[in-house]
Amino acid sequence: MTEELDAGLVAGRIAESDQMSEPSAEREMGRARRRKEDARLVTGRTMWTDNIQLPGMLYVAFLRSPMAHARITGVNVSAARSRPGVVAAYSGRDLAGEQGSLPCAWPVTEDIVIPDHPPMAVDEVRYPGEAVACVVATDRYRAADALEAIAVDYEPLDPVLDMTEALAEGAPKVHEAGNRAFTWKFAGGDIDAAFRDAPVVIDRTYVQQRLIPTAMEPRAVVATTDGDGFTLYSATQIPHVLRVMLAMTTGIPEHKLRVVAPDVGGGFGSKLQVTAEEVLALLLARRLGRPVKWTESRSEGNLTVHHGRDQLQRIAVAADRDGRIRGVRVELLADMGAYLMLVTPGVPLLGAFMYNGIYKMDAYDFTCTGVFTTKMPTDAYRGAGRPEATFAIERAVDELAHELGIDPVEVRRRNWITREEFPYTTIAGLTYDSGDYEAATEKALAMFGYDELRAEQADRRERRDPVQLGIGVSTYTEMCGLAPSRVLGSLSYGAGGWEHAAVRLLPTGKVEVVTGTSPHGQGHETAWSQIAADALGVPFEDVSVLHGDTSVAHRGMDTYGSRSLVVGGVAVLAACEKVKERARELAAHLMEASADDVEFDGGRFRVRGTDEGRTIQELALAAFAAHDLPGGFEPRLDAEATFDPDNFSFPHGTHLCAVEVDTETGRCAIRSYVAVDDVGSVVNPLIVEGQVHGGIAQGVGQALFEEAVHDADGNLVTTTMADYLIPSAADLPEFTTGRTETPATSNPLGVKGVGEAGTIASTPAVVNAITDALRPYGVRDVRMPCTPERIWRALAEAEAAVPGQAPATGPAPAAVPGFAPVPTHGSTPGAAPPPAPASEPIRGFVAPATSESAPEGGAR
Amino acid sequence: MPRITVSVDGVTYEEEVEPRLLLVHLLRDRLGKTGTPVGCDTGNCGACTVTLDGRSAKSCSVLAVQADGSEVVTVEGLARDGRWHPMQEAFHAEHALQCGYCTPGMLMAAIDLLRDDPDPSEEAVRRGLEGNLCRCTGYTNIVRAVRRAAAEMSRAPHERMPGAAEDREAAAS
Repeated sequence: MTEELDAGLVAGRIAESDQMSEPSAEREMGRARRRKEDARLVTGRTMWTDNIQLPGMLYVAFLRSPMAHARITGVNVSAARSRPGVVAAYSGRDLAGEQGSLPCAWPVTEDIVIPDHPPMAVDEVRYPGEAVACVVATDRYRAADALEAIAVDYEPLDPVLDMTEALAEGAPKVHEAGNRAFTWKFAGGDIDAAFRDAPVVIDRTYVQQRLIPTAMEPRAVVATTDGDGFTLYSATQIPHVLRVMLAMTTGIPEHKLRVVAPDVGGGFGSKLQVTAEEVLALLLARRLGRPVKWTESRSEGNLTVHHGRDQLQRIAVAADRDGRIRGVRVELLADMGAYLMLVTPGVPLLGAFMYNGIYKMDAYDFTCTGVFTTKMPTDAYRGAGRPEATFAIERAVDELAHELGIDPVEVRRRNWITREEFPYTTIAGLTYDSGDYEAATEKALAMFGYDELRAEQADRRERRDPVQLGIGVSTYTEMCGLAPSRVLGSLSYGAGGWEHAAVRLLPTGKVEVVTGTSPHGQGHETAWSQIAADALGVPFEDVSVLHGDTSVAHRGMDTYGSRSLVVGGVAVLAACEKVKERARELAAHLMEASADDVEFDGGRFRVRGTDEGRTIQELALAAFAAHDLPGGFEPRLDAEATFDPDNFSFPHGTHLCAVEVDTETGRCAIRSYVAVDDVGSVVNPLIVEGQVHGGIAQGVGQALFEEAVHDADGNLVTTTMADYLIPSAADLPEFTTGRTETPATSNPLGVKGVGEAGTIASTPAVVNAITDALRPYGVRDVRMPCTPERIWRALAEAEAAVPGQAPATGPAPAAVPGFAPVPTHGSTPGAAPPPAPASEPIRGFVAPATSESAPEGGAR
Repeated sequence: MPRITVSVDGVTYEEEVEPRLLLVHLLRDRLGKTGTPVGCDTGNCGACTVTLDGRSAKSCSVLAVQADGSEVVTVEGLARDGRWHPMQEAFHAEHALQCGYCTPGMLMAAIDLLRDDPDPSEEAVRRGLEGNLCRCTGYTNIVRAVRRAAAEMSRAPHERMPGAAEDREAAAS
């Protein structure tokens, strides 16, 4: 077959043009490619949702409840309607007939209480900041001005702020059905046997404070209609999930609704939501027939972007005297806030299978109760359930080590699953497919200089240095790559976990990859290009990745739960393999060979044992020309694939943190931080390292700085970035990262996911370090965030409890440097641990509280 | 309404503005300079940082009328003849951005930082960028990028800060 016959006139011109590419045999997997996304981001040629301007566009502003809990007895918007520039103003009652109820897609139990959740409050407000009315005007200033003219009458109701009190008899109710949303239990092994006669029991209560996710881009929504169909632009992580959920909520048929996630400035779970503002923007566009835009202010965002964490954890660990863990029992109260949003109830369950961590044990018992309060609903925030679980077990294992006078790394070593034992089915029923905790830990210890730091710590303790050194370790794993649809179904999740990709070769041999993932900072355009370039043997530069628009990427499950690469990236590979098979068939036909005799390497199909070959680009052109195709061969080289793995993936790692704590002022500074993570095979080490860095920073934020604080009336007082402190550059050290690599066996790329790892690992590493620094002073815990004030108070209270403790008693006898128990903490087999000089009373499972702490403020 | 004249990325605009209009809203909503985003409204995050007569300023904390007669440079005005500023190159090379929302402000603040301290230590970069928040990167790569750009700019000192006083003088002469 001659070249002339392969190509027609147009094809011939294409073949001769400089558009035609050559194959590439360069290996992309594992290569530190600089990101394709950066060009528009460093030059300001971005398309954030708030950038969008459409002809005739109107601007929406919401009037929000100044109370945590109140009955609405009257809303009068008529004065606002006559303000300059105002096109419309509505109360919740005005929209009550059409606004529906915001969806919860994860009813975790049969008897779960899922209250009606109107996007705009109608009769009652149940959290501060809940929308009660809105104004639509010709610009954002006029819309904001007109809010002042709306009159709302509230009849205050009792706020419900404390989970334990909320569950008590006679407590004020958030909803008529009561404050208990659900109770979910899970058990493996004989937990009573594990605790019966256990020589050591560690029983602790930890507070996972409420966090505000704080993506740098505030939420924004633009809705428009041509009278038939609707387009919604939103700063969302989940355009595909959003489309189907909005169709069900608003009644707009799914095929008449296009959802676009333009450039999205971070999410961390906070944009994994179906928000009131998205629903209302669509309704307003439908009512007014004009495009509408809403962009939140940061203070609106702090109030009404779903919050994260907020759990009260009681964890008990039963162990033998050699440190072997017999069993773990967990009782959890999880603050749902006022309503159940998209996956609110499921978040603590994502942690339910992780409290056993990387450890072997005989029994495990988990109970979680979801509690309604008059606060913003909680939902997914980076790690979602798994950071909480990891914190509890890693803190408790440190306490066990201390109780037994064993080095905390050694106690972990005695319990973890060894490298020979994979695949290993844990007491929680998950099968960890691969891992090497020994390798990651050895590497981390060496990079950290563990022994040297322990020696310095011993020296400082001996010198009674007012600035003490603390060393914290955290060995974590996580279940991620949120997929297996079958498993998600067994957990009552409302959807599957597959991901989709389409790959098409264009006439010039360039490649378009269409992905159902929806990146908002993760670099999918770069990483997916690398995967496709390797699979097809085309240059990295010849691939473009399309995403984030349901009319372009028609099928997808979007981006969250460290799933994009593990599920979506693998779908890209699968689609490429299908394209390649079609190309092989075409190559065989053109070369008059059997497809079985055609080999593929570096973008060339060759007849085995000959020089005869075709490049993949030549085949793309031949398919386009379609002059000479095999019988029945459709003239295209493209394919779609959907991937649904049959197991989660399990990244793991060892993080080590050294802190210096000034025992006179409570000041705490991170001196060094080493993270060795095993995320399986790596597509782009630059992106992986960046994800780890950012994850660590967010985990450090929880440990040291961040907390959503409410006053006694239930008002959020951390509504600005001056009050809610996310770490700045000056607050953090340089992070030192390393990797070990045990490929995942659950997908052909061997990848495990990296988005959440750093956040999961770092919080306990930091708090373990602080506790370690303060142990000689009798301090056993500092509640997060470990602010200087809290550290100082913990020291003061410990001193008051046992006057003249550590500084006067001098160094503890050191069997293991720095790890012998201080005298007053001597371990007594079977006995309850000494009373904790807790820096603040914890409401809930332990002793009755006497007072709630005052909110801690302080601008940076 | 007050009438102002302001130069933005080398283009002169005459605008009638409400006295309360923020500079960042003038840039974004009136002039279409959407490269500069808004992150927090309270001057804490720095995403909206531009240079105003050569020095970095948070454009959410400046009224448009205060910029009357001034020269504003935004991230969109950094590249010269299609060539990126060394700071833009360095952020790309060091993977100092992920979602990129803080990046425009981070770039502008970092460039101003180097004006005061052409060879900053890691510590100096961290302190100097304290008013610019990033939620994605953990700052390690941002610090590396700023120091890389500093080294690059010291090798090529002809790279001047766009919008700096000497540029305006050159333009005037």
